[in-house]
Amino acid sequence: MAVKDKTGGRPSAGAGLDGTLARTLLRQMLLIRRFEEKAAEMYALGKIGGFLHLYIGQEAVAVGAISVLRADDYVIAGYREHGHALAKGVDPRRVMAELFGRKDGVSKGKGGSMHMFDRAAGFLGGHAIVGGYIPIATGVAFAIRYGDGDQVILCFFGDGSVPQGEFHESLNLAALWKLPVVFVCENNRYAMGTAIERALAQTDIRRFAEAYGLPGEACDGMDVLAVRDTVSRAVARARAERTPTLVEARTYRFRGHSMRDPAAAIYRTKDEVEEEKRRDPLLLFEHRGRRAGALDDSSVHAITTEVEATVAEAVAFAETSPEPPAEWLTEDVYA
Amino acid sequence: MAILTYREALNHAHREEMERDERVFLMGEEVGIYGGAYKVSQGLLEKFGERRVIDTPICESGFTGVGIGAAMVGLRPIIEMMTFNFALVALDQIVNHAAKIHYMSGGQFSIPLVIRGPGGPAAQLAAQHSQSMESYFCHVPGLKVVRPTTPADAKGLLKSAIRDDNPVIFIESEVLYGMKGEVPDDADFLIPLGVAEVKRPGRDVTAVAYSSLYYRVVEAAEEVERTDGISVEIIDPRTLRPMDTETILTSVRKTHRALVAESGAGFAGMGSEIAAFITESAFDDLDAPVWRVCGANAPMPYARNLERLKTPSKDRIVDAFRKLCAV
Repeated sequence: MAVKDKTGGRPSAGAGLDGTLARTLLRQMLLIRRFEEKAAEMYALGKIGGFLHLYIGQEAVAVGAISVLRADDYVIAGYREHGHALAKGVDPRRVMAELFGRKDGVSKGKGGSMHMFDRAAGFLGGHAIVGGYIPIATGVAFAIRYGDGDQVILCFFGDGSVPQGEFHESLNLAALWKLPVVFVCENNRYAMGTAIERALAQTDIRRFAEAYGLPGEACDGMDVLAVRDTVSRAVARARAERTPTLVEARTYRFRGHSMRDPAAAIYRTKDEVEEEKRRDPLLLFEHRGRRAGALDDSSVHAITTEVEATVAEAVAFAETSPEPPAEWLTEDVYA
Repeated sequence: MAILTYREALNHAHREEMERDERVFLMGEEVGIYGGAYKVSQGLLEKFGERRVIDTPICESGFTGVGIGAAMVGLRPIIEMMTFNFALVALDQIVNHAAKIHYMSGGQFSIPLVIRGPGGPAAQLAAQHSQSMESYFCHVPGLKVVRPTTPADAKGLLKSAIRDDNPVIFIESEVLYGMKGEVPDDADFLIPLGVAEVKRPGRDVTAVAYSSLYYRVVEAAEEVERTDGISVEIIDPRTLRPMDTETILTSVRKTHRALVAESGAGFAGMGSEIAAFITESAFDDLDAPVWRVCGANAPMPYARNLERLKTPSKDRIVDAFRKLCAV
């Protein structure tokens, strides 16, 4: 299979890839993939309602980026955030229960797909206003600096957020005040049905960093090691120098914007989607891992079995968790 | 007990709470070097330094979001809006984020944030600088809304707002900043949120009023007492959300007539909510419908004479008391 690198960025090294790391990264990406596929099934069965935005195809970004964090670092993301939550260590059973709207969900069933939060895991949501939480990430970084801490926060958003004013306000404040935030733009080239060329006068998203005097770097978002490499340098910069970075991870979503949107045919062609699937991050990484001797049939099989069991367990847990009691409707309105 | 201006009372509240709790900081336009556009934060930068008194660029949505993020991870921000009219730029942050994160997260993250600044009519500041916006914020579950009337209210309520773990919308008034009043100088003087005050006891009419218009209602009440022998009881809710309905209802059960005075336009204003709960809970005690004396249904005009017509005048309020008592 021809592995194409379309970004002109640094290709990740296959040689010297540690077996433990390879298994961890593959396992996390596969967990997200299978979890999201299962969520799609559950949605079709009516167990999940409302909007469901799947992360299928983009796994390398969340996994690669979050893999370089410390346990006390923070992550914040938008409404396509199940993968980020899982990569940050949120319990898949409780994520599935939240999707089912049950009381044992991470947000007690009161958030749903778009509002996963887990304080203990440093996962700050789960937000549905495009670009709305980017200043919030900047605020978390402000608090870290205020307390003389050395944690960092990763803020994930899509190409659709870049035109939103708050993206710009946040970069300006983070640069001006030297805050430990890494802005990770997952450029999957479509904001719902709007191609990036129809939304941005400047489509080379990493270049927005220049306007704020910040480093901006693009990476191949389908290559988990390339993402890991770029983000680890950005995180080091944030931690040591309090210099924010704009990382543009060039990726692609294989399904529609949400379950209500077809994967192709209105605003992108089936051919394009099929072509992009040839660079499936799971396939690319498994191939690279095997070539480097870090993965083999036995380890891949073990990972696959474990992941499938984890996802099945998550569904079983969600099914048996009760709906939230009626009194919870008006609880937590005020702290 | 000290005699302080409303502005000084707010300033002292900032000082005391920032001294007491290291997590409290102030952020906003011109709050530091300039000392605040209305001088509320004068001297705070010198006392607490740049780490805790932060001048921002002009990006209300951005810096309100910064406050929300900081609050999520344990700080207690005070965000100043130079005028509360500018808070509308940050409406998404306030309504979709600050008000909802605690609920959406199933109670995991609280947002102990105060967003404060002057609002309501001032003096010829025209349409975009003169709005009464409290009713918009009252409509949002998850927010608390406070409008202090006297200097003592300003200090006691701001201290409570800062100590409250919820997002508090705290709307002052430009025209009250210079007003003097008695203010307890005890550093633990707090006025609890959600508690109204009977500011003027009376027998014949319950008038609900707050902020700058309260003073005009007092003048009107004193006049009708002298000329018509009408005794007006004035209730200041102090906190608009959650509102102390019981104090208002107790008064209405005594007087049998109620009136709400507000500077903002009447449609969907504070008076409509107050009239609704009085009617629902004290219908049999009412001898007349609940009346509202409100601002005219127009944006605030610039011309002095038109501006005077927009906000309820003392005479309009006097007239309302007389007509209400004649029903």
